[in-house]
Amino acid sequence: MTSNEDSYYLPELSKWPVIAATALFITLLGVVLWVNGGSLWITGLGLVGMGYMFFGWFGQVIEESMSGKYNAQVDKTFRMGMAWFITSEVFFFFCFFGCLFYLRTISLGWLGGEGTMARSNMLWDDFAAAWPLISLPNGGGGLYAEAKEAMGPMGLPLANTIILLTSGVTLTWSHHGIKHGNRFQQVWGLVLTVLLGVIFLVCQAYEYYHAYQEMGLTLNSGIYGATFYMLTGFHGFHVAMGTLMLFVILVRLLKGHFSNEHHFAFEAVAWYWHFVDVVWLGLYLFVYWL
Amino acid sequence: MSDAITHEAHHHGPPTGAKRWLYSTNHKDIGTMYLIFALIMLFLGGAMAMVIRAELWMPGLQLVEPDFFNNLVTNHALIMVFAVVMPAGVGLANWMIPLMIGAPDMAMPRMNNMSFWLLPPAAILLVLSMIVPFFGGGQTVNTGWTLYPPLSIQSGMGMDFLIFTVHILGVSSIMGSINIITTIINMRAPGMNMMKMPIFVWSWFFTALLLIVIMPVFAGGVTMLLFDRHFGTSFFDAAGGGDPVLFQHIFWFFGHPEVYVLLLPSIGVLGMIIPTFSRKPLFGYKSLVYGMAVLYGLGLIVWAHHQYTIGMSIETTTYFMIGTILISIPVGLMIFNFIFTLWKGSITFETPMLFALAIILMFSFAGTTGVMLAVVPADLQYHDTYFVVAHFHYALIPGSLFGLYAAVFFWMPKWTGHMYNERLGKIFFWWTTIGFNLTFFPQHFSGLAGMPRRIVDYNMIFTEFNVMSSVGAFAFGLSHLLFLYIIIKTVKGGEKATTEVWDGSSIGYAGLEWTVPSPPPFHTFEKAPVVK
Repeated sequence: MTSNEDSYYLPELSKWPVIAATALFITLLGVVLWVNGGSLWITGLGLVGMGYMFFGWFGQVIEESMSGKYNAQVDKTFRMGMAWFITSEVFFFFCFFGCLFYLRTISLGWLGGEGTMARSNMLWDDFAAAWPLISLPNGGGGLYAEAKEAMGPMGLPLANTIILLTSGVTLTWSHHGIKHGNRFQQVWGLVLTVLLGVIFLVCQAYEYYHAYQEMGLTLNSGIYGATFYMLTGFHGFHVAMGTLMLFVILVRLLKGHFSNEHHFAFEAVAWYWHFVDVVWLGLYLFVYWL
Repeated sequence: MSDAITHEAHHHGPPTGAKRWLYSTNHKDIGTMYLIFALIMLFLGGAMAMVIRAELWMPGLQLVEPDFFNNLVTNHALIMVFAVVMPAGVGLANWMIPLMIGAPDMAMPRMNNMSFWLLPPAAILLVLSMIVPFFGGGQTVNTGWTLYPPLSIQSGMGMDFLIFTVHILGVSSIMGSINIITTIINMRAPGMNMMKMPIFVWSWFFTALLLIVIMPVFAGGVTMLLFDRHFGTSFFDAAGGGDPVLFQHIFWFFGHPEVYVLLLPSIGVLGMIIPTFSRKPLFGYKSLVYGMAVLYGLGLIVWAHHQYTIGMSIETTTYFMIGTILISIPVGLMIFNFIFTLWKGSITFETPMLFALAIILMFSFAGTTGVMLAVVPADLQYHDTYFVVAHFHYALIPGSLFGLYAAVFFWMPKWTGHMYNERLGKIFFWWTTIGFNLTFFPQHFSGLAGMPRRIVDYNMIFTEFNVMSSVGAFAFGLSHLLFLYIIIKTVKGGEKATTEVWDGSSIGYAGLEWTVPSPPPFHTFEKAPVVK
């Protein structure tokens, strides 16, 4: 097999895109049925299909890459694809952060009677705006139940911050190991990163459990609870995906897939991991601390 | 050596059977699928419009229940925006961008196919959202395409189907956009630098950049809607400290740039057609590129002009008013680019050119009513009337749909290798343009007189205007059967098209699409051409 240096690799017919689209369709159809009182097995079926697709599609790409079918131009395509994908993710979080700022400053301000456009006096006379919002405008009746207290920045959240930042360092250490061909450094750096990712997730799961059981902070605790779980939840989901990706990369590293010059898959996951890291800093600052 | 031989064998011709389409990795086939999908959905969305106009033929209730009427309004909009104009635009991009810049295919051919094959599932979910209320799925979705809470929180499970329709379409658009941007940056033939690219490629570059910014935000917004509906959050409920207006901000942060997503590819098409039939290079190529960049930037920061009546502060509405009116500068610039291209050209009036000229006229008209609507005190009068309906149909039908029709007539000879029937093309142009104007022009008057939009019934004083609109709409709708006939006839046969197709197609122009035969072979530019 010679590498074709001067021609762009064009794949043959592939079944994976149709399988991906079908699996996503089944998954989401299942979610619609689930939120309307159905069971989850259709979603499960879709997710199995997604797993099969990821395994097969990425497996094929890895195989193509290992057999030298990709020239420098294809490599650049992968880099751009990943960069623009992360850009779109940035705007996904931008949406939730924007909502947080809007709700904290504008909505609550108005509800609390601020400015000439205030509507609160017609709705709930004695509501006083505060952040974190514990006392709800309607007094916690109806659909919503007030939390006992807000989540502070110290303790577990601070520990999680340190864990994630450390994982960024260990990942970079591992990257340097790959670049300089230091086997010990590349493997153990990556193992540590995966472990830190898992520890972060365990901590967050415990934090959620604690919040639900002891602090009464739930999705139903008004917008403080809603924004808290939405932002940390989607971030946690990204950490979980990132950890999974890191694990795949670790397996590939152990199989010897990466040379000190050719290891874009590693770099792509590293970009993603650093992105997740930066989002966390924003979260820690605006959700937990300020 | 043996490698080279198998390579040749693989690339000899198109694969056969259903696999060619289901498993495709070919930009031309995928482009064709996008275009056919858009055409099918055009008839579905158009049929809904016909029912709407039949219902509004007379005051009082004729055909459908009020809730179902509002459901039709909702789905007509969603289908036309997401399942007709956007896929058709992506179809054009798929077909033309690799040909124009001399690339062998899109940068990521498999992902390209996934972008397409996400559309039929989305269409199925959308149709399911209409059907489930008839089988015990709760309240019909009657919110309009804006999906505003609290109404959208009270809708039945049809709304959940729509939410996931939006998610799938979002995934599809983002993947398509990543692919298009990467293709444009990374796949250009040697010598084809960015400032030599055909203007259509530039228009898609900015469109894709827009989609990458706005689709994730909309996805986030409908996700919050889903959580408010089923998981007890209070993002859009003041009782828990939330705000229904927040959703409007999210929606229009997406929704306003979305208008440019629909519009820009057609501007790009005009930038191809007008020079060709004026036999002159495009006037002010650079300024047109910069104009699109400015449109991109401004488009992202003026969204709240859709919400002047919700009770924002004076400072806020003033800011959005000024920003919105500033948009007339880049748009006006584009119009002048086109007019000065026409100036002293040797113009002929083939069907694409007729569409292009009509677009300049009618889209400028929409721009004028747009400035009227941008002015806060005036908008308080026009808001939610048929004046708005008339305005955005003038913007979107000439501004994007007619641009797509023009593109189809302009490039169909290249795609199929056959010339379309010019006489039928001209008949289609006049029929559809007259039908369109007859439909929407009277709505300016009924709107200014106070006829509210999205209501199944109306005051008797508006009857004449509505009869005119309905007659025009049926004529407009019917003209599309001719469109379909022309397309089928051209695909099946007709006068052979030359490589250049149009005698003015390559004047002062670096694009490579006119250097390949008509129809182009299954694989083009496997060895990169060099642009001088």
